Amino acid sequence: MTAAGYDIGDKMRELALHVLDLVQNSLRAGADLIEVEILENTDLDRLTIIVRDDGCGMEESLKAKVLDPFTTTRTTRKVGLGLPLLKMAAERAGGRLILESEPGKGTVVEAAFQHSHIDRMPLGDMAATMLTVIISNPKVNLVYRHRVDEREWEIDTRVIKDEVGEEALSLPVVINWLRSYLEEGQRYLYGGGTTDEVPR
Amino acid sequence: MKSLDELRKLREKAQESIRLREQTDGTKIVVGMGTCGIAAGAREVMLAIVEELEKKNITDVVVTQTGCAGLCEKEPLVEVIRPGEPKITYGYMTPEKARAMITSHIVNGQVIGEYVIAREDTVS
Repeated sequence: MTAAGYDIGDKMRELALHVLDLVQNSLRAGADLIEVEILENTDLDRLTIIVRDDGCGMEESLKAKVLDPFTTTRTTRKVGLGLPLLKMAAERAGGRLILESEPGKGTVVEAAFQHSHIDRMPLGDMAATMLTVIISNPKVNLVYRHRVDEREWEIDTRVIKDEVGEEALSLPVVINWLRSYLEEGQRYLYGGGTTDEVPR
Repeated sequence: MKSLDELRKLREKAQESIRLREQTDGTKIVVGMGTCGIAAGAREVMLAIVEELEKKNITDVVVTQTGCAGLCEKEPLVEVIRPGEPKITYGYMTPEKARAMITSHIVNGQVIGEYVIAREDTVS
């Protein structure tokens, strides 16, 4: 790992920033649909992040390369350091990273962590991450599904685009709504309200 | 509680803003969102930009994102593309600098020279 790599690793202190990075990979792969899933199960002591896209996918040779920090240098900047950093973060916290990809079909990245592990990075600000990708990529369809034990919350930008149209995603008034909606979703997941009051 | 009903109520207002935006040659703000940008704080910079636009009720500016531009050490990078003007790239941005940029560059048309790291002379 290069010095720059350590530097970037130091600053990626939230899993939500890694999620943002994974979504960037999907965008670069030309995905039309990107699904982000966060599954937190305290009984099983597991936190799992899944990012699934229908982008161009990867050949076996590239798959091996993107997970190796020693070959992903500036010359192969397209894939960057993000995946090896997330893999290390998962392995440090009693978990692992699985990468499945098929050329022409898409890619699935699944990173699992021991939820209570002392070295598990905090999840961080998922509302900020999702707001960032939704408003700056109006053409792409995004689904964000988050489960914390029995509570589940989901946002699907196709539903929002049906209501106000794709162009509206970059309007202040809609961004403001999205921000509050996402933040309320987070509050609900972590104990606000009752299960009868699922924000929809 | 925020709901889809509330969003439905925004539909008319949104469509009116879109009509207005279509009549102007919009400004584009592009935030670098490669791993290098994200690690350097690009997410907070982008959210500061949209919040400031919201606060100032500016609806004819589109904020979008791009990947790594190869200037990783100067991230977060923000490009401002205004019709008829050279593209300006700001480096080492922070939420605070981004808010100042909106007031100075977007509202008053004054480029903040000390934040600029590149100026593309081809007029867009």
